[in-house]
Amino acid sequence: MLTKLTGGRIYDPANSINNEVKDIYIRDGKIVSAPSDGQFDKEIDVRGKVIMAGAIDMHTHIGGGKVNIARTMLPEDHAADVVARTELMRSGCGHAAPSTLTAGYRYAEMGYTAGFEPAILPINARQAHMEMGDTPIIDKGGYVMLGSDDFLLRMMASNGDQEAINNYVAWTMTHSHAIGVKVVNPGGINAFKFNQRKLDLDEKNKFYGITPRDILMRLATAVKELGVPHPLHVHGCNLGVAGNLEMTIDTMEGINGLPMHMTHIQFHSYGTEGDFKFSSGSAQIAEVINKHKNITADVGQILFGQTVTASGDNMRQHAAHPFASPNKWVCMDIECDAGCGVLPFKYKDQSYVNALQWMIGLETFLMVDDPWRVFLTTDHPNGAPFTSYPHLIRLLMDKTFRNDILSTLHPEAQKASHLASLDREYTLYEIAIMTRAGAAKLVGLADRGSLSVGAGADITVYTDNEDREKMFTKPDYVFKDGTMVVKDGEIVEVTWGTTHVVKPEYDNSIEKSLKPYFDKYHTQKMGNFKISDDEIVDDGRGSITVQPLHAGGKI
Amino acid sequence: MTEMTDAGVWQEVPSPFCGIASDDLIIKVEGNNVSIIENGDAVTKKGFETPITDTSPRVNGKDVSLDEAVTHIADLIRTSKQPVIGGMATDLNGARSAMALADKSRATVDNMDSEAGFRNTLVLQDTGWMVTTLTEVRNRVDLLLIIGSDLESEYPRFFERMVWNEESMFDQEIESRQVVYLGKRPSGDASTSPKGKKAQVLACEDADLPEVISVLRALVKGKGIQAEQVGDIAVSDLAVLAEQLKQAKYSVVAWAAGHLEFSHAEATVQTVCEMVKELNLDTRSSGLPLGGKEGGITVNQVSAWQSGFPMRTNFNRGYPDYDPYLSDTARMLENDEVDTLVWISSFNVDRTPPQSNAKTIVLGRSGMTFAQEPEVFIPVGTPGIDHAGRAFRTDGVVSVPLRKLRDSGLPSTFDVLTAVEQEL
Repeated sequence: MLTKLTGGRIYDPANSINNEVKDIYIRDGKIVSAPSDGQFDKEIDVRGKVIMAGAIDMHTHIGGGKVNIARTMLPEDHAADVVARTELMRSGCGHAAPSTLTAGYRYAEMGYTAGFEPAILPINARQAHMEMGDTPIIDKGGYVMLGSDDFLLRMMASNGDQEAINNYVAWTMTHSHAIGVKVVNPGGINAFKFNQRKLDLDEKNKFYGITPRDILMRLATAVKELGVPHPLHVHGCNLGVAGNLEMTIDTMEGINGLPMHMTHIQFHSYGTEGDFKFSSGSAQIAEVINKHKNITADVGQILFGQTVTASGDNMRQHAAHPFASPNKWVCMDIECDAGCGVLPFKYKDQSYVNALQWMIGLETFLMVDDPWRVFLTTDHPNGAPFTSYPHLIRLLMDKTFRNDILSTLHPEAQKASHLASLDREYTLYEIAIMTRAGAAKLVGLADRGSLSVGAGADITVYTDNEDREKMFTKPDYVFKDGTMVVKDGEIVEVTWGTTHVVKPEYDNSIEKSLKPYFDKYHTQKMGNFKISDDEIVDDGRGSITVQPLHAGGKI
Repeated sequence: MTEMTDAGVWQEVPSPFCGIASDDLIIKVEGNNVSIIENGDAVTKKGFETPITDTSPRVNGKDVSLDEAVTHIADLIRTSKQPVIGGMATDLNGARSAMALADKSRATVDNMDSEAGFRNTLVLQDTGWMVTTLTEVRNRVDLLLIIGSDLESEYPRFFERMVWNEESMFDQEIESRQVVYLGKRPSGDASTSPKGKKAQVLACEDADLPEVISVLRALVKGKGIQAEQVGDIAVSDLAVLAEQLKQAKYSVVAWAAGHLEFSHAEATVQTVCEMVKELNLDTRSSGLPLGGKEGGITVNQVSAWQSGFPMRTNFNRGYPDYDPYLSDTARMLENDEVDTLVWISSFNVDRTPPQSNAKTIVLGRSGMTFAQEPEVFIPVGTPGIDHAGRAFRTDGVVSVPLRKLRDSGLPSTFDVLTAVEQEL
């Protein structure tokens, strides 16, 4: 069947199309060219509407152990947002740690068609995929977490060559079905197990003598040499610590031009100036990002209210436990592989620190010049639930709205920020870059994030509205792989998206050292660690899409 | 990976029968007969080797086809005012299908071991905890404190695999590891070191554990204690233990919630967990809740991600409604609040449904016998023997892929419940 979307205003930065009226044709789940005979089976009149590709959340905690701990821990948070079953949809719950089903529906209702879990522990990858497998409509995928795993640190401590590390990274990505590699508090999760309570960029792990800088360099090199399109995804040292700004800058400059993505950089942009010894470092951070084209960042904007923070960074989460609200928290050491920490948290607009965090995030968005290198996230749910994205978009697009809210926040925080003087307002085209074309390019999705002929027909249609929050909350239509899944902001059909992965090449001789390692030290066999394709395809509802690699090779 | 090397011999088979999910079993399959060749123990031997008897579904004691049994179940559920899906001893996809059916039929879900499981869940939801996983224990533990539990009776290979392994990754001398039992005495010698060092035992009655643990926590915090004796234990002995915990670099405090059979044991688990948090102000220490046999962790995980809530959630009102007291299905059955019970028990022939007045449907392991024949009985396959599946381990982090080892023709719980759901 050929469907025609007639007369929409197209925002498609992948093809440099900025608000041009064009028709779009959909057949068999793909965008196709106009038929030579002019015939089509179905027409949808979208004249005057704003059309973008489906949005892509490149960093959202939607599946895996720590998310499910957060769910189990927070019955009181769910109780305020339980979701009843309908003819089409399963029941569930929303807010800070939504059920997988509700998360999928709500993403789609907002015009999102893909979400990427940024912290898949190799040993917990099976669970992450089970949960994402129960997340309807949207495509998904994830970044596998390395850097505190003892196998890597042992290789590094024994001066293992880069090629062996590349093989290990590729082997882990392959068998955990990942599309990227993440490092969280590089080596810090491991150091916490040896009772180290902080780990600076050049501080050594007590047992291995390895520094975070060494780990970043090894992993960023591996990702580049393997040709993985998504740059090393970095949650830096000292998250949330006043004064972490300098180390964040050192991290970006110290990677020597290798591609690197700094995630939730807002949490890593803090100075120590002022009476509160807590100040905004966003200007310096933005300057470094603007200067270094190898660096990308997502913001991790905080928004006020109750949420829950779920992180692999158990070292920092443990240090933050006095701030848990309500006062309950979980920290775990995990399998000589990683760790996690889960803390409910309430961001308060009358807290100096929280108000300034809000301002630092927005300052970063507004001062990074290139929208292809900065991404719209709240680090769901750590800064705020993903359902607050339309509100965040309005903050970026509407200076008056932004400044009205700013004027209600903690007065000392207002004085500590120059946000009020930033006039920039994001355009629809820039929003489309950040949430579509740029995100697809960053994650490495060749067939998504654009309205090119041949791309997957993930399309969102909005009614233009000066109130951008309203506009982005309720699209007129959302198409997922060509199927209309949302109409007038309501789900009309439930489909199941694919899982995006990459398959970098590697030399399987790495198993000669991995197998005895598993046998000797682990409590699971190497063979049982590996996740088969069947587990993702499951009963036929899931599928795997292998995305192309970049040219790799020795740097 | 579980694989067949010689004809009928499977290597690296994971066990879903106990929460530590050992996956080094070697198993021989001849027709429908399964036997463990290597690395078996009392729990896995029974788990894998229980023979198939019934293969036909029954309604009111009469053999029927699977389709007829499914239709009968759908009829019972359709007319039920308060259905319960209980037992819930199944694998990932069994749990998925049970949750889907519960959602559609407005049923209540509960697990057969919830009584034990909620001693932990309530703590997680009230104050949280610091815990670790089995591989960390295997490589790091220097002091293992066991609270009120006889681990080897339920996890026969726990010590062999996690404590007395040959080598630690971090140059630790394995023999130097210390094991202390507080409360119950061990039933055997599994906790004795390879060179014969016996575990230290500070024994007391279960009923005294809440007080004993409170005193230990106070001592860890440096509070003065007036009493000289608590339970049957000298406070001076507890003071030594408190000091050991503070000196240890990576102590692990383990308990099996199922063994803490006294009223409000969750309060004691909470005291243990708060003590562990306090130890972590200076050194490292972790809790290790052991449980999750026969799908207990798996179904709670699936329930949490599909509904937001663990077991003991009901869908009466069309949305998930969690209540660990009201939706305790043992209590509901006893009070005659349930008209239809679907009991899922695919691992263990001894885990039959509780006596009740509810119309009872059993999806049970073949070989199950009943004091009172249920209205419907469908012998279902056992995950990891009769069909593929996935199961979580006790730590809720690691899950194992389960393989189909024989072709018994028994349907999976997923097959049956999905068919029922489609008929509704």
